[in-house]
Amino acid sequence: MIDDTNMNFLLNRQWSNSSSNRFSSRFSTNSYPGADDITRVELPNGIVILTRPNFDSHSITLSGYLEVGGLIDPEKKLGLADFTAFALMRGTKRRDFHEIFNVLESAGASLGFTGSTHTTGFGGKALAEDLDLLLESLADPLRYPIFPDEQVEKLRSQLLTSLAIRAQDTHQMAAMAFDQIVYKDHPYSRPEDGYPETIMAISKDDLVEFHRMNYGPRGMVITVVGAVEPSEVVGKISHYFGDWENSQQPIMPALPELEPLNKKVVQSVNLVGKSQSDVMLGVAGPSRCSPDYLAASLGNNILGQFGMMGRIGDIVREQAGLAYYASSSLQGGVGPGPWRISAGVAPVNVDTVIALISQELFRFINEPVTAEELADSQANYIGRLPLSLESNGGVAGALLTLERYNLGLDYYRNYQNLLMEITREDVLGAAQHYLHPDRLGIAVAGPQ
Amino acid sequence: MQSAVSKFHLNNGLVVLLKEIHTSPIISHWIWYRVGSRNERLGLTGISHWVEHMQFKGTSLFPSNVLDKAIAREGGIWNAFTYIDWTTYFETMPADRIDLALRLESDRLINSLFDPEEVESERTVIISERQGNENEPLFKLSEAMQAEAFKVHPYHHEVIGGMTDLLSIQRDDLYQHYRGYYIPNNAVLAIAGDFETPIMQEKIIELYDHLPAGLQPDLDISPEPPQPSERQVVVHGPGETTYLQVAHRVPSASHPDFYPLMVLDSLLTGPSNLNMFGGGISNKTSHLYRVLVEAELAIGVQGGLHASIDPFLHTITIIVHPERESEEVIQALKDEIQRLQDNQLQFEELNRAVKQARALFAYGSESITNQAFWLGYSEMFATYDWFLNYLDKLAGVTPEDVQRMAQKYFIPNNRTVGVYIPNGSEG
Repeated sequence: MIDDTNMNFLLNRQWSNSSSNRFSSRFSTNSYPGADDITRVELPNGIVILTRPNFDSHSITLSGYLEVGGLIDPEKKLGLADFTAFALMRGTKRRDFHEIFNVLESAGASLGFTGSTHTTGFGGKALAEDLDLLLESLADPLRYPIFPDEQVEKLRSQLLTSLAIRAQDTHQMAAMAFDQIVYKDHPYSRPEDGYPETIMAISKDDLVEFHRMNYGPRGMVITVVGAVEPSEVVGKISHYFGDWENSQQPIMPALPELEPLNKKVVQSVNLVGKSQSDVMLGVAGPSRCSPDYLAASLGNNILGQFGMMGRIGDIVREQAGLAYYASSSLQGGVGPGPWRISAGVAPVNVDTVIALISQELFRFINEPVTAEELADSQANYIGRLPLSLESNGGVAGALLTLERYNLGLDYYRNYQNLLMEITREDVLGAAQHYLHPDRLGIAVAGPQ
Repeated sequence: MQSAVSKFHLNNGLVVLLKEIHTSPIISHWIWYRVGSRNERLGLTGISHWVEHMQFKGTSLFPSNVLDKAIAREGGIWNAFTYIDWTTYFETMPADRIDLALRLESDRLINSLFDPEEVESERTVIISERQGNENEPLFKLSEAMQAEAFKVHPYHHEVIGGMTDLLSIQRDDLYQHYRGYYIPNNAVLAIAGDFETPIMQEKIIELYDHLPAGLQPDLDISPEPPQPSERQVVVHGPGETTYLQVAHRVPSASHPDFYPLMVLDSLLTGPSNLNMFGGGISNKTSHLYRVLVEAELAIGVQGGLHASIDPFLHTITIIVHPERESEEVIQALKDEIQRLQDNQLQFEELNRAVKQARALFAYGSESITNQAFWLGYSEMFATYDWFLNYLDKLAGVTPEDVQRMAQKYFIPNNRTVGVYIPNGSEG
């Protein structure tokens, strides 16, 4: 059903539409982004620009990231990188909060920043005629924020309320508990948005200092996709960012080694008054750069995505009728992101669902997937690519992925070959490497 | 970039809209039925949504568990939505695979099985869906708000239906609902993408024209009588956050007042995004953000107008600041409405609303799926011309029109106020 109850507007996190489809024989793989139609330029200060024109649209999408994230948050000030990212647009040396948003919203444009573990991301949209407006709106808060006291306190109230809402969200609480089990003593166990006490501990001076020390052009990536010539994009980004320097900008620390679980660990979060529990179980999976990432990803598609949520959806939803959603996800990312199975179930059925999922996991690591299952998922991945690249936002996201994981500009044109090389044994090998039913993290949040 | 649309009727009454778009090798196929919670009576609430679920449970030609794999194997996406006024099913496929969607939808228009075992299995799935919704404070509040705002009209109940009805509805109820409303003369087929119109038209005639027309459903929907005074509703639940909703009864999308109301909505809480695919924009310079959030009475505010067949609601949703009382917030909101009733806006503000709408349309038009969505969606409450003329109509709105809307609709005896009061940390 259409649902207008999503209150994700609280902090204006950017959202995008991602869908997928299959290539047609009428359009060759040369219609995908590749080295001959992606312009990649590295400015002398280290900023990488990626742009691809699309004159079928009237608009432009801007997205990218800086190489600074919650990984360097002090333990007692968790959420500092996130807080800083959200506070950037609260006032600059040139414009106050209202002026910043008045310029954007008067043009029907949008722009937002968000913190994550490894990076600080940004994303925006505008009509093509407003590229300058969008780039200036990006450069000003990134380079000259002043973190006004009054605005910092308003933002703090909003962040604390979002944490209070998080504390009542069964899905988010299960995810947090899962991270604490699977990533014990590792940075991935820490929520990027912190805890109420750590948000309370962050001062305006902390924000100023975090920005001064850590924000800079090295490692920054900007993509622009839409109705604009690449030369214009490169010229304008050079104009707004070419002279940006920060001699103090540190190198982000390497991720520590993760100590894998050596036994099954279960954690429950009691949320009184809720109707349904969220269940999550899984392990730390491969990074996006791991050689077995694609094999694991295809395997995950078979396990809990393909069709109506793969094997997991089939047994939990279709056969047992025990959940509206039951699926698996593989995050990838810079480090060992989670490979986990999630389901929303009636509290009385939690144990039954965990047992059903465990059976499927056991089968998944003991028997190769069938040739038909693998062929179906390969076809699904190849086929859905054009739809994921249909919108400016989809292409911008794809360009960021190429750069972030060093995949090469022709990755999407070779994608079909990469997928078709993967065998049933590769999928089984990836499953056996990461998934161990006797060493799972299991988190449940809901009424007990 | 605006390509022509072909619109025609088949002999059985099916309305067809086709739009060629050759920017990407994709075709998006949507079929819309004029049936939603608006067509349900008490005792059978949620039945339209349940029928939508059963449409994924197979026909003799496309058995359950085959459909989803077939679509995924071809690299397609598909989904369905049930709303207060309509139910729709879409597939977006590689252009050379669209035949599957055409065959599947023409088949399940008439041949779905509604196997009794599948009905029972789906009962628990839908109850699980409802329980997931019940976890959300805003679902509980919205459900209570609709029940309070509509005493007679079937907009009284949520699309997903009441738990009592979800426990009691039987297979034959579902099948009867399906056969009553899933007929070609109660449907609109909308297809956009990379095809040649004459070839697509030929395929549609081959697959859909032989389907028999049915008796048009007998619609006996009572209009909601005037409301004598402001209504209030209070919901208690877990958590520490207070939510507010303030709803005003507003006319249907086909009413001339809908356009100035869209402008008023844009000014109050930022522009409503009617696209199903394509991002929205922030609302930090909207009137209510400034008087509620900037003034630290609220943490966030959002509003929305719905394009509906019958008069529905403009709803403002607010997260109350933890150090403020909901009464203060409501008063500040009413004061701002009073200002809009007492004072005329500048043309500059109206021009801004029009540019915002233009931008949202541009974002939405990047997606062929969203363009196909609009072909059918607009036909549910008006015609496709409504969509084509939308920006011009907005541009014609005057400051006097907006002031008149505030005076006419944002008044106490058109208003329902709802508060979600958290039980606190003890739950």
